[in-house]
Amino acid sequence: MYLTYLIRRFGMFILVIFLAVTINFIIPRLMPGDPVEQQLATLVATGGGHMEDVTAMAEAYRVKFGLDQPVWKQYLNYWWDLLHLNLGYSLANYPDTVGHMIGSALPWTLGLVGISTLIAFAIGSLMGGLLAWPSIPRALRGAIPLLMIASAIPYFLLGIILVFFLAILLKIFPAAGGHQFGSVLRFDLATIKDVLHHAALPAISIIVAGIGVWALEMRGMMISTLGEDYITLAEAKGLNGKRIFLWYGMRNGLLPLLTALALRLGYVVTGVILVEVIFSYPGVGFKLFQAVQTKDYFVIQGIVLILIFAIALALLVMDLIYPVIDPRITYQRR
Amino acid sequence: MTKVTVRGQSRILRGNPFLTIGLLIIVAILIFAYLGPLFTDPERAEVGAFKPKQSPSREHLLGTDTQGRDVLAALTLATPQTLNIGLIAGAVGIGIGVVLGLLSGYLGGTVDTAIRVGTDVFITIPAIAILVVVATNVRTINVAIMALIIAMLAWRLPTRTIRAQTLSLRERAYIQVAKLNGVGDLELIAKEVMPNLFPYIAASFVATVSWAILATIGLEALGLGPQNEYTLGMMIYWARFYGAILRGFWWWWAPPIVVIVLIFVGLFFTSAGLDQLVNTRLRRVA
Repeated sequence: MYLTYLIRRFGMFILVIFLAVTINFIIPRLMPGDPVEQQLATLVATGGGHMEDVTAMAEAYRVKFGLDQPVWKQYLNYWWDLLHLNLGYSLANYPDTVGHMIGSALPWTLGLVGISTLIAFAIGSLMGGLLAWPSIPRALRGAIPLLMIASAIPYFLLGIILVFFLAILLKIFPAAGGHQFGSVLRFDLATIKDVLHHAALPAISIIVAGIGVWALEMRGMMISTLGEDYITLAEAKGLNGKRIFLWYGMRNGLLPLLTALALRLGYVVTGVILVEVIFSYPGVGFKLFQAVQTKDYFVIQGIVLILIFAIALALLVMDLIYPVIDPRITYQRR
Repeated sequence: MTKVTVRGQSRILRGNPFLTIGLLIIVAILIFAYLGPLFTDPERAEVGAFKPKQSPSREHLLGTDTQGRDVLAALTLATPQTLNIGLIAGAVGIGIGVVLGLLSGYLGGTVDTAIRVGTDVFITIPAIAILVVVATNVRTINVAIMALIIAMLAWRLPTRTIRAQTLSLRERAYIQVAKLNGVGDLELIAKEVMPNLFPYIAASFVATVSWAILATIGLEALGLGPQNEYTLGMMIYWARFYGAILRGFWWWWAPPIVVIVLIFVGLFFTSAGLDQLVNTRLRRVA
């Protein structure tokens, strides 16, 4: 039974990747004109490249993509390159490759997303659990509308507000960048402190906006968990409140929350991309912004593909391990 | 169906503070957005209309930007544009979503499988990824095109919601009875299924409009918005572009943020209120 589930789930993953690649292939070709020439023309028009490079590059691209070949052959070539992890060259930073550019930006993004989402998830779920607990002070319930407001504010708008208060007015944190401008990244204490100092504001905006979401979700889960018979039994046995809360309530409420995390992954990643833009943080999101500004089409396309692949992969892994950590899940088709 | 009366509506609102507050905020925003431009001279929002970089004063309630535009005038003209994008994309999304969801849930079989898998696949792909690819390939973007670009992906959540509800409705006894009585499919959908779906359609519409506005300002923050028109997201983009945040011109970037946050909070409360409404009704039925 688990095997059918595995196959079906993996088929879904393949379908997502297939669709993403196909969309990336088709859309530029649906537009009138030669895609390479058009991209290069806009690049020159906006002053993002030099004329002599452009002619040579256009020629190289035309041969490489075989734009004179039939469409189905182009499509196969496109796949062939992708399967060899060849995402092409950057138009704005030729001869830098797209793969290399994304590779150097990826650790920043992963670090920022990973750490801040973990913190937001931990604080938020604990808060949500407590808010559902019957014996908390009434005054604390006033936090619920506040959490609703916090969860409704887009990450990057919160980022702008934080920059203004904490970086411009109070000057506690730097307003932009991932590390001191011009500093060399080494693995020593000073660099780590500098990087953390720069990461603080972007992380805080993700955490504050995230806490509201997780707290509200967890509160919902916890309320239904607390209605279960085993909670009544635990109370009847005379277990103390803390034990019931942590081991009977939180533990069972947290697992479904992981599904909610998976469902919101796209939203979180989008939020992080825009936060990076606001803080000029050297991750993938800011690279995407720069690529849009300089019409660097192959970088845009590369980042988009990596993004879709990463999220699809994360969801796949999540779905595969979920039945293992939560035995209540069955693999049957609904 | 319960008869909707004025008294019935006020009772619904009294027991539902979220819906009340949400709707109040939304109505206030709608009044500002669609009546405000009638009292605003568009010339005040043109480049070089006034002395640039003025802080708020009686003459300019929200100051002027570095291009000499009156920020309040720009804000008044931008708000309806952003709402229009959200409403158009939301309406298109919900339209497609209802059709697909009904087809999928009601017909079942191969049609259902195709629509369900399609929806699942598109939900997995983060919207921003597809939207960025489309937007970079469109030469000139205006408000209408922006709305259509967003609408391309706005059908996903409504489809899923409507399908799930149709599936559960299909099994209800009164639908089965009507079917046995020889009522045709179309009539059945129009008379028995649709009216019962209405609360869910309303709730998904609110959620979809909210999603669409979020997607628009996201694209705009990346610089992929309508370059020559006012929208709230473009106001923030230009403010950032001209360094308003670092230079401390708070009156330039803060007003659009406040309006956007109010829109989201209003929609969020409305949708939480609608949820509550739908669920209490469910509980009463069960």
